[in-house]
Amino acid sequence: MGPLIPGGYIPMEWDSIIAIFIGIAFGFVLEASGFSSSRKLAGVFYGYDFAVLKVFFTAAAVSVIGIYYMDYLGYLDISKLYVHPTYLWGAIIGGVIMGAGFVTGGFCPGTSLCAVAIGKLDAWVYVIGIMIGVFIFSELFNLFEPIYDGYNFGNITLIDSFGWNPYWVIFVFAIIAVVAFGIADMVRKRVKSVFY
Amino acid sequence: MNTKHKANPHLYWNPYFGGFLLGIIIIFTFYLTGRGLGASGAMKSSVVTVVENVAPKHAESNSYYSQFIKEGDSPMNTWLVFEALGILIGAFISGSISGRIKWRVQHSPKITTKRRLIFALIGGILFGLGAQIARGCTSGAALSGMAVLSTGGFLTMLAIFGSAYAFAYFFRKNWI
Repeated sequence: MGPLIPGGYIPMEWDSIIAIFIGIAFGFVLEASGFSSSRKLAGVFYGYDFAVLKVFFTAAAVSVIGIYYMDYLGYLDISKLYVHPTYLWGAIIGGVIMGAGFVTGGFCPGTSLCAVAIGKLDAWVYVIGIMIGVFIFSELFNLFEPIYDGYNFGNITLIDSFGWNPYWVIFVFAIIAVVAFGIADMVRKRVKSVFY
Repeated sequence: MNTKHKANPHLYWNPYFGGFLLGIIIIFTFYLTGRGLGASGAMKSSVVTVVENVAPKHAESNSYYSQFIKEGDSPMNTWLVFEALGILIGAFISGSISGRIKWRVQHSPKITTKRRLIFALIGGILFGLGAQIARGCTSGAALSGMAVLSTGGFLTMLAIFGSAYAFAYFFRKNWI
């Protein structure tokens, strides 16, 4: 029967209220996991703290398993869910720029909001930076338009792209995540501790 | 439990527990709304709102801003803006419980506050720019994309982490 709001089971008026409650849960979990600390987040790139890797990939594995399970049991129709569209070069070039921004600033947009909420002034500056970045992109939109709108493959999934069986993809993804967690713990033991 | 948290503000949840709950939130979000989470969308809406109020003609003629301007409605009236407000509230509650609310600049003792703030600004600019090009950030493109096995979501995730590891060496002085 799900998703509930697009399916008309919950009236549209509740949309914004649900948004706030989902945001509260999201912000609470991120902050409680330590994602309001840029030094903890950056640890994943230097091997002294792998919280980002563990939280991010646990969340990805749990959510993809849960969504496919709910589809299998008939509670959720996957074909009705919004699939982030694939603009090939936009995804790659944008991702590379974001990666550089991540290691320079130590936050991503969601985590910077958590840090803003608990009074980290560096996060306030970071959020202002994001807005300047959005402004630069918009003003120079004509320049970026070919990669923004080009190479569009539509709302495709790995299943469409490679013809893989989704259940095997999820199984292999979960195995990769668990192996990565094990390797991360081994790396951490060899890297000099950083106190922050 | 609470007193222990207050004594050590750096005590965070077990990352697997946090990740598990985050996964449940994502499932719940898709189940209710049919879409995933996001964060940079709210900042884009803020920029559009500011530009629309400062220079309305310019905002309308720009082919990017104009996509988000609705007749008779504020660009702030979107799902992602309400969700971002929730993130601020939720993080504030969590920070209050654990005694982490404090005005401060967090940086490595090896660098100055000024250097940290300059790099935070540059990092923000880069992330803001990249998130527009990729149509989403770590939350909207990578995490929510991966939850439904979006090819673009996986590509963006690989690009973000790959590039951050590639650039990490050059910025090591800021962190370790």
